[in-house]
Amino acid sequence: MNQLMGQFGHPDSDAVPALECRNVGRTFMIKKGMFAEKQPLKAVQEVSLQVNRGEVLAIVGESGCGKTTLAKMLLGLLEPTTGEILLDGVPINSVSIKDIARKVQPVFQDPYSSLNPRKTIEQIISLPLKVHEIGSKESRRARVEEYMRLVGLPKRLVHSYPNQLSGGQRQRVAIARALIMEPKIVVCDEPTSALDVSVQAHILNLLQDLRKELNLTYAFISHDLAVVEHLADWVAVMYLGRLIEFGKAIDIFNNPKHPYTRALLDSVLTPDASLGLPEITLGRGLPNPLSPPSGCYFHPRCPDAKEQCSAEQPALIENEDRLIECHLYK
Amino acid sequence: MSSDTVLEVENLSVDIAVPAGTLHAVSNLSLQVEQGETLCIVGESGCGKSITSLAIMNLLPRKAKLTADKLALEDRDLLSMSESEFAKLRGDRIGMIFQDPMTSLNPVFRIGDQLEEVYIQHGKGGRKEARERAEFLLEKVGIVAPTERLSQYPHQLSGGLRQRMMIAMTLMCDPALIIADEPTTALDVTMQAQTLNLLRSLQKEFNAGLILITHDLGVVARMADRVMVMYAGRAVEIGSAEEVFDMPTHPYTQGLIDCIPVPGRTEPGSKLGSIRGIVPALVGDLDGCMFRNRCDHVSDPCLSGDIGLTEISAGRAYRCHLSPEESKNKLSVEGAACP
Amino acid sequence: MPDTIHPNGLEDQVDEFEIAVPSPPELMRRRAKSHRGFIIGGSVVLFFLAVAVFAPVLAPYGPYDQELTKRLIPPVWDAAKGTWDHPFGTDALGRDYLTRLMYGAQISLMIGFFAAAVSAIVGSTIGMIGGYFGGRVDNFIMYLINVKLALPGLLVALSLVSVFGGSILALILILSFLFWDRYAVVTRSVTQQIRVNDYITAAQALGTSRTRIIIGEVLPNVMNQIIVIASLEMAVAIIVEAALSFLGLGVQPPTPSWGLLLSEGRSYMFFMPYLINFPGLAIFFLVISINMMGDGIRDITAPEGRN
Repeated sequence: MNQLMGQFGHPDSDAVPALECRNVGRTFMIKKGMFAEKQPLKAVQEVSLQVNRGEVLAIVGESGCGKTTLAKMLLGLLEPTTGEILLDGVPINSVSIKDIARKVQPVFQDPYSSLNPRKTIEQIISLPLKVHEIGSKESRRARVEEYMRLVGLPKRLVHSYPNQLSGGQRQRVAIARALIMEPKIVVCDEPTSALDVSVQAHILNLLQDLRKELNLTYAFISHDLAVVEHLADWVAVMYLGRLIEFGKAIDIFNNPKHPYTRALLDSVLTPDASLGLPEITLGRGLPNPLSPPSGCYFHPRCPDAKEQCSAEQPALIENEDRLIECHLYK
Repeated sequence: MSSDTVLEVENLSVDIAVPAGTLHAVSNLSLQVEQGETLCIVGESGCGKSITSLAIMNLLPRKAKLTADKLALEDRDLLSMSESEFAKLRGDRIGMIFQDPMTSLNPVFRIGDQLEEVYIQHGKGGRKEARERAEFLLEKVGIVAPTERLSQYPHQLSGGLRQRMMIAMTLMCDPALIIADEPTTALDVTMQAQTLNLLRSLQKEFNAGLILITHDLGVVARMADRVMVMYAGRAVEIGSAEEVFDMPTHPYTQGLIDCIPVPGRTEPGSKLGSIRGIVPALVGDLDGCMFRNRCDHVSDPCLSGDIGLTEISAGRAYRCHLSPEESKNKLSVEGAACP
Repeated sequence: MPDTIHPNGLEDQVDEFEIAVPSPPELMRRRAKSHRGFIIGGSVVLFFLAVAVFAPVLAPYGPYDQELTKRLIPPVWDAAKGTWDHPFGTDALGRDYLTRLMYGAQISLMIGFFAAAVSAIVGSTIGMIGGYFGGRVDNFIMYLINVKLALPGLLVALSLVSVFGGSILALILILSFLFWDRYAVVTRSVTQQIRVNDYITAAQALGTSRTRIIIGEVLPNVMNQIIVIASLEMAVAIIVEAALSFLGLGVQPPTPSWGLLLSEGRSYMFFMPYLINFPGLAIFFLVISINMMGDGIRDITAPEGRN
């Protein structure tokens, strides 16, 4: 698998990827009922992907596909039960959480729950510096103001509380807090889905500009494929904890191969009044992750399912320009 | 009012008492819904779109005060109706679908009982007819094995199924008007298209009027017969979906359309259009155009006075000082700069 | 570090339509100013506090100064025997009753405050730890709380007092033992709600230590509830102290505790009712004003938490 990842995709395979997942999996033990035995819930299984410095990796999928669990592992908040995560080629479990924090920082979906309501903007943005004991009080203050300017927050808000800010301003605060440690990687978990349309555009533009200016790498988790198409260089599609398709964004959007990816792309509703609603025949929602279907996890909903699909789990293989996990491709 | 008109609202205003004064949540809003027609109300949070739907359903919070020149459902005057008369109407002539079906389905009762209850309560028939109707509708919303599903509890269903149940429930009494407030926002993308398809085909089949409230321009474009764009408690642009999306007249509508990335239209990685500034707090005396702080085309007349709706053609109107020609020129130039 | 002002960032000038939203501290100040119960209750508590603190300066006599020739002098408004030398009269040993009452305020407030504070520290720590960590830690803490709730608190307190005696320190510790569970229950459930917020995850992703997260991120959000409970528990502690002292199990004579004053005045109740009335009224007013203040604090800090 490593070998496969090494040859795959990147022209200069000598460069160490900023972020790499090798066969990463995470299993939770879930107790259903008081006396029931614990059952394994495989939230993430055998995920292998990588992204280079300055690129945007989008992880897409529906709720329950494991993308949030993966994000927590990237942040060092959860340990993978199998496989390993590498930051600049260094395994994440060989360094302390504080060292991970200097390299990877999160931006969350809900700007209302991501800021402590009892703290001022200055306290919130400077928390990383305080925790890591960086600088004096004065130099921290100066740095907070610098980053507020960078993310487009007016200086007058420095002593405000989160309740005095709009949703967009709060998300800017969250971004400033993530960036003040000068991380290389920012894990954005649906950073705009709780925002209004007009505010979403501001934040997306800001994230774009920051990436160019600071040469950041984003792991961008989203279910909004229009946003993903706009931002991402690489796309990883997940289904029920498994990576089913991974490749360059342009390839995946122009030529989706996995039936699930195709369905996802078909479901994007562009604001085009001349088009009707797409016909999607995926049937019911996600199967229960505690007892996933046999064979390919997607086969009960798949319009192209063959006999083989219910019997045998497909492996993640390299197919032309991407990795794919589907019996339709050899 | 033609006989096909299901709902007619004229000059609806909703004022809410807040500590700082009076919040003008909705101001002078007029709308009409015909049989089998889908009206989409689109706008951002705080624009008054949900308050409008609550006002029509007479479900406003106690602190809110409603005034209107006319509020009629199928030629019945809703303004003079008592709460008990209204209660009979809700679930019967007006059905409502909320964003989170969990809040509208009672978790301690079986789905079947809840569906049948609506039917029996409104005097449509007995338990047996109710059960038949429920099974019929569950098949309509594409649920296999309806008998089994009817004996389940809401928590046993997935989000998509629950929302189908809600659709079936609103159709139990064959309503004249369905109000759906962000019906698919909580659903996954693949379920969204399926649910909307279902809602649309059933609404046409039952010939009900549909008011769809959403912030998602994609949903609006694909679902709407007519669109009403709301901003700051007012309708700022009204028209057919094609007209509004292909040739927006109000700077706010244009701004909204430029804000969203569209696969195949916006260049990946390019800068998205955006609307600067903040949404006004609608407290106190409101004067002039409410969008002036965020608009690129402000001139003196925008600063004060009442800006009325200008009608361009039948069913097409907008609330702006720019003439249709001016807005066409200015907005399209801007649109070219921000593809 | 590039130095660009973001083009689509908000300008530093205030938008025409922007209205000033008050900050949480400002909001509390405003609510406090218009809350009648808080102002009245708080003023009375402040008055008692001032009396207690300045008792050595204000009191006309020492608390233990006896003058057996001037036993049981009635208050000044008794036309026949009242004298301005002893405005509230004297007790059975000829001690100035006003002085005794003033020093009594010291005892009541001290025991009330420290019992509430010690139990707040212990209970909240336990509660926040249980709420934050969850799992086995939480199970153990729930077990502790349940054991405590199953104990007949007052009986345990009575027996503990009889074993350890009635020093003020012992009373404070025993009362704290009586009260910690309510803090634990409330802080635990509030912490459980706070724990799932993204700002906690953000702090975790910084490598912040658990202690620091609990003190720095959780505590500020639980503080309001702790203060509200503390004010109410302080009132209860004052009553329980008075009750224990009245029964002879609390503060020992000749210390001028209000409960003890009541107990000493008991035998003269019918002839010299002021001996009962004064300490009784003092306890009544102090407790009711503390309760009013506590209610006020709750309304001011978390008006949505009413009922």
